[in-house]
Amino acid sequence: MNLTALSYECRKNVLDMIKEGGCGHIGGDFSVMDILVTLYFKEVNISPENMDDPDRDYFVMSKGHSVEAYYAVLAAKGFLDINDVIANFSKFGSKYIGHPNNKLPGIEMNSGSLGHGLPVCVGMALANKMDGRTNRVYTVMGDGELAEGSVWEGAMAASQYKLDNLCAVVDRNRLQISGNTEDVMGHDDLAARFSAFGWNVLFAEGNNIDSVYEALEAAKTCKGKPSVVIANTIKGFGGGEVMENKAPWHHKVPTEEQYQMISAELLKRRDAAYE
Amino acid sequence: MNKIPNRQAICETLMEKVKEDKDIIALCSDSRGSASMTPFFDAFPENSVEVGIAEQNLVSISAGLAKCGKKPFCFSPASFISTRSYEQAKVDVAYSNTNVKLVGISGGISYGALGMSHHSAQDIAAMSAIPNMRVYLPSDRFQTKCLIKALLQDEKPAYIRVGRNPVEDIYSEGDCPFTMDKATVMCEGTDVLFVACGEMVRPCFEAAKILKEEDISATVLDMYCVKPLDTEAILKYAVNAKAVVTAEEHAPFGGLGSMVSQLIGANCPRKVINVALPDAPVITGTSKEVYEHYGMTGEGIAVTARGALR
Repeated sequence: MNLTALSYECRKNVLDMIKEGGCGHIGGDFSVMDILVTLYFKEVNISPENMDDPDRDYFVMSKGHSVEAYYAVLAAKGFLDINDVIANFSKFGSKYIGHPNNKLPGIEMNSGSLGHGLPVCVGMALANKMDGRTNRVYTVMGDGELAEGSVWEGAMAASQYKLDNLCAVVDRNRLQISGNTEDVMGHDDLAARFSAFGWNVLFAEGNNIDSVYEALEAAKTCKGKPSVVIANTIKGFGGGEVMENKAPWHHKVPTEEQYQMISAELLKRRDAAYE
Repeated sequence: MNKIPNRQAICETLMEKVKEDKDIIALCSDSRGSASMTPFFDAFPENSVEVGIAEQNLVSISAGLAKCGKKPFCFSPASFISTRSYEQAKVDVAYSNTNVKLVGISGGISYGALGMSHHSAQDIAAMSAIPNMRVYLPSDRFQTKCLIKALLQDEKPAYIRVGRNPVEDIYSEGDCPFTMDKATVMCEGTDVLFVACGEMVRPCFEAAKILKEEDISATVLDMYCVKPLDTEAILKYAVNAKAVVTAEEHAPFGGLGSMVSQLIGANCPRKVINVALPDAPVITGTSKEVYEHYGMTGEGIAVTARGALR
């Protein structure tokens, strides 16, 4: 399977979801997409067939506002019907709400309030260690999310308990709703911070599937401490000049004209990936 | 006088049950001494998790453990677990429907002179307002044991609040009537209905005895299950009572008194008086001194009941 093409295909589904639903966190959806595609199609042992297997890997979408990207990838993986998601996302009475909900197949934990995913994953990783399992636990956080103190409580405990079965990925797109992360609450010394908390720190080009995969695989080889992959991404990646690296697209519905432009750009890149 | 606090009864019960269920996990936030959980941590280190002074982490880690099949009981002072980690209780436990039992120790004004930072007079209101969160305040050590055993039988979230100090026994080893989520009827009467939870059950029972000598008959309901409230029991006795008195070690808003008042107002309107702590930082003192100051004793509650009947 051509995963780069799939990631653009998924972005197109996100675009349609948001246009149809009239809301959505599209910028972060586009930045995180390659991370999610890599996780679900190359890295984690999670499928509709093994969701009751205690030996499956666990994933928690800590940056819950990128739920549209999560829905698109879960649909591609066979958990959800993408047409149903696009038709009903955020509509009255819909089960496809604007943050992950574990009443839907494939979703382990409800999220939305930031800074919860990592501490929850610490509990999951601990439980699996207690049971002597070799599965792994993953979470994806946003970079703005790292201002939440609870992230660092989790980071502390993960290294205290030597949770080498835990891997966190930071979608480092450098933009949050109010602007540049470094202006809002800086994280440029992120590697030093995680390192000081006892973590193995890895980097990836977050919009490159091979690069993300390489970092996730390297994380597996580190023993005795948890790993974090700082995945440098571009907010709105794939949306072309209209969207990329523009803070207002954190939460925004495209106009008809913008929709056509973004859609054309996504399909162009998808087709290029096939060549 | 009993010397075993309810928190110790929890520890004893879990120590007994963990022998047959290795999935039981106890978590503390540098609070194992306060929680009376040191014997458990010493005897079952593989079933114990220390998270340090980090209550948010305590609750989220518990939720993650539960998601992977563990049965976590996490202990922290009620003041912190119910407010510092309120959002984790809401999202990671109740909303995500994880099998986490949150245990608020040293509840109410147990910490006495340590002041309002250490008092939990909001926990019933806070926890009860979360969908899918149950709230329990057992009255004595025997009922506490029954409750913990019952909670081990289900896989749903719950908040349990116990006080720091030993409370005088209400029940006994061989005589502790207990049906999960049903109030225990301590005595029956037709003039006053007392509905109480936790430490306030005993004074209500004493008030009923005082009133009996004055030919005032009272029903006392031990409403350890504040949520789900045993509405059936309340209405059964309220329809025959002239007045209802509720008692709880909690702020005057959003707790047991508010819930009972709502229920009575909607179904069989009559006078309801709520005995509770004031809407203010409480006066400095031991639990006993504070109870006496605010009329939260057998004699004080009898006075309130007489007033309600006038």
